[in-house]
Amino acid sequence: MARTSTADWPAGIHAALRRTRVAQVAYVPDAGHARLISLCRDDPAIDDVLLTTEEEGVALAAGAWLGGVRSALLMQSSGVGNCVNMFAMTRTCRFPLLLIVTMRGEWEEFNPWQVPMGTTTEAVLRLAGVEVRRVDDAADVEGAIDAAVAHAFGEEAAVAVLLSQRLIGKKEWTR
Amino acid sequence: MSLDRRAVVRTLLSSRGDTLVVAGLGSAAWDVAAAGDDNRNFYMWGGMGGAAMMGLGLALAQPGRRVLVVTGDGELLMGLGSLATIALRRPRNLAIVVLDNGMFGETGMQPSHTSGPTSLSGVARACGVPVVFDVEREAEVAPLVRELAESNDLLFARVRVATDELPRVLPERDGQVLKARFRAAIGV
Repeated sequence: MARTSTADWPAGIHAALRRTRVAQVAYVPDAGHARLISLCRDDPAIDDVLLTTEEEGVALAAGAWLGGVRSALLMQSSGVGNCVNMFAMTRTCRFPLLLIVTMRGEWEEFNPWQVPMGTTTEAVLRLAGVEVRRVDDAADVEGAIDAAVAHAFGEEAAVAVLLSQRLIGKKEWTR
Repeated sequence: MSLDRRAVVRTLLSSRGDTLVVAGLGSAAWDVAAAGDDNRNFYMWGGMGGAAMMGLGLALAQPGRRVLVVTGDGELLMGLGSLATIALRRPRNLAIVVLDNGMFGETGMQPSHTSGPTSLSGVARACGVPVVFDVEREAEVAPLVRELAESNDLLFARVRVATDELPRVLPERDGQVLKARFRAAIGV
């Protein structure tokens, strides 16, 4: 299958979501996911859902699956902390869940307030029963999404793909 | 004279047709169960604050069917932001009915914010929900039932109900069973 250029890994994620029939994409606006969000908003095959907090997306994904539709939830690492109680429903009911998480607070982080959640994101996900697949290289992103979708919806599993801060790049603090 | 929650839910569901139902945790789930179990009911035993959003995911996934969320004031208060999320998306097949007794019932009937200054119908209107009902009297139930059957837009109804503690009617509590039977019932 055709792969998009690694420099444009958000387009690669979008292509993977299209290919694997993910029809709902929910998100809280995030700089790291900005291009992917824009691609999803412009895509008539995807219902984009702007959330006020990430846990809404966990319940949304459960409802989508009750209706036979695949949903993906985009967030940054701080959003993982907002979801913890809702993950209990995912686990109890064995709802499929696909999280695509941009990491903050782990590399060249300017904002110390991001560090506590960024450094515990993986552990929190694992404790909540969400499988973690970390991607550090842009060339691996699209394939990781393909595999995560197949696992999440094929086996009704909860899977998080973590995109490292090094991969996404440093947030620019001057404007 | 406040409305009896069981009677209201029974009336709402008596002519449900192919309506899909999500019941928020606590008393609302017992009310839906008491009206008669159905494989197209999904009862939440957890995920507090998530009922309306589960309804949104389902409504977007099944645009040809009416989706009805029945929940309580405490459950909705934990996810108030979801009303903004839902109003922005405006699925025309989604209805949210909140049984508002002004109490957190499952934890021993402590007063909720709606016993104070908060109006859930006011919140829904302010979030931009296009059709909002505030039902306080028996005579106002029938128009809501009619609107649920005929409406072609996102609808929110806050129904003021009595604070009586009713016997619990407990539905299936195995989440995987609830999920599987629901999906099988609608053929997905």
